[in-house]
Amino acid sequence: MASTPRVPSISTRQRVLQVLVLLLALAGGILVWQWIVTANQIPKYILPSPVDTAVALFTDSDTLWPALLVTMRITFMALAVAIIGGVTIAIIIVQSKWLELALFPFTVILQVTPIIAIAPLILIYAPDTQTALMICAFAVAFFPILSNMVQGLKSVDHRLLDLFELYGANRWQTLLFLRIPASMPYFMAGLRIAGGLSLIAAVVAEFAAGSAGQGAGLAFRLLESQYRLNLPRMFAALIMLCGTGIAIYALTSLIAWLTLHRWHESAIERED
Amino acid sequence: MSTLLAMRDVSKIFANGTLALNGMSLEIGEGEFLSLLGPSGCGKSTALRIMAGLAAPSSGTVEWPSSRTNERGLPQGDIGFVFQEPTLMPWQNVFGNVYLPLKLHGLSKAQARERVMDNLQNVGLADFANAYPRQLSGGMKMRVSIARALVTRPRLLLMDEPFAALDEITRHKLNDDLLALWRRTGITVIFVTHSVFESAYLSSRIVVMRPRPGQVFSDLPIAQPEMRGETYRVSEFYRANCQSVSEALQGAIRAAES
Repeated sequence: MASTPRVPSISTRQRVLQVLVLLLALAGGILVWQWIVTANQIPKYILPSPVDTAVALFTDSDTLWPALLVTMRITFMALAVAIIGGVTIAIIIVQSKWLELALFPFTVILQVTPIIAIAPLILIYAPDTQTALMICAFAVAFFPILSNMVQGLKSVDHRLLDLFELYGANRWQTLLFLRIPASMPYFMAGLRIAGGLSLIAAVVAEFAAGSAGQGAGLAFRLLESQYRLNLPRMFAALIMLCGTGIAIYALTSLIAWLTLHRWHESAIERED
Repeated sequence: MSTLLAMRDVSKIFANGTLALNGMSLEIGEGEFLSLLGPSGCGKSTALRIMAGLAAPSSGTVEWPSSRTNERGLPQGDIGFVFQEPTLMPWQNVFGNVYLPLKLHGLSKAQARERVMDNLQNVGLADFANAYPRQLSGGMKMRVSIARALVTRPRLLLMDEPFAALDEITRHKLNDDLLALWRRTGITVIFVTHSVFESAYLSSRIVVMRPRPGQVFSDLPIAQPEMRGETYRVSEFYRANCQSVSEALQGAIRAAES
């Protein structure tokens, strides 16, 4: 007797399982944390428990949320400028190898200089602290976008370039219909790196700036709670930072998936 | 038969000093199915690229006596090119890939739709217009590539070992489809191959090339019966054609070695 083969619905079941495992692992970690604090009776000015942290997250929301918004604003503005700048300069660079050679040292200098080392200088030159922080975050996010985009724009199948030449395509058509679409997988890889880095750089730069008061970001709140030994609030701020980092990663991954899933190998799921 | 294209004393030296072509002269008549046959390194692909204007000859000229040419001396839109790989844009679906040459010539999607669909119909892929290249088999991708080369209604189709990477069954099918197309449209085909059998099966004329340096070694007209297909593949006539082509190829290889 031949039975009709059933289409395995593995993907949905597996996805639910994946999420379940993820949540369980996270919950397990929090439980262990709580257990360590309670079992050893660690005071909360040394290591606050998850409960203390959650309470701080709630009671200090008036100080923490505005600070988070400031940090996020800096992060996303820096990322946006890095994307626009990185892509534009990459497109200019690939037009001529002399231009690439001339600009190359500057991009490498920008990449290898530790942001914490030049942040004080930027603070002096920039008109205000917010701008300085944005420049720092931009400087870090810029390079991964630029180098990936240059690599992508140059990694075009040379036979497709021949084909465009055969049909008399001009520079713009080749750029628009061939080079830019072909570079998208590379750009997306750069975007994922740059997204995380711009948040880190925004925080690091704020540490260096030590800006206080109304417009202060999460980094300042971290420093402040450390000085005051308000460790629950410090943990709450850290968790907010982590959450923001994860959200940025998820967002950039989603953008990459939406752009590539129909055609690129990296976004195609295979059945084994 | 009027001359479509003539190479006159064309040489090509690469930047590394390799003499890829040495004084190659060849006239191709309108409606011919010409195979360029030779061992690898004989310059047959280079000759094809020079005809297409994708490479410039180091000396000599390529003439198009009966075509209107553009500022680069090429009859734009009159040449279709099929590469050894399908060379499709993976981010475009089948329709988008075939539409490309018309898009580059400034036609809108609406203006081009009918022509693109006609060409997909001709290669049997009308139902796959919305599929992406990764969803297609090797043979289907090659059909898309052929549809794209024909969408501008070129007078000359240049093919650079187009079926070399395909399995034999698919290759035979595509050989027959290509012959049917050639008969139906009267298009001129220049077909680069290193297969004696493929060239003997397809061509009305075979130019055997010798390597180091690349030159025309012999120029064989091939008499072909009206109908081809599996009966022709096992006929004495085909076997004799293969033998004379094979002998010419052996001669070219010997000439290069001596």
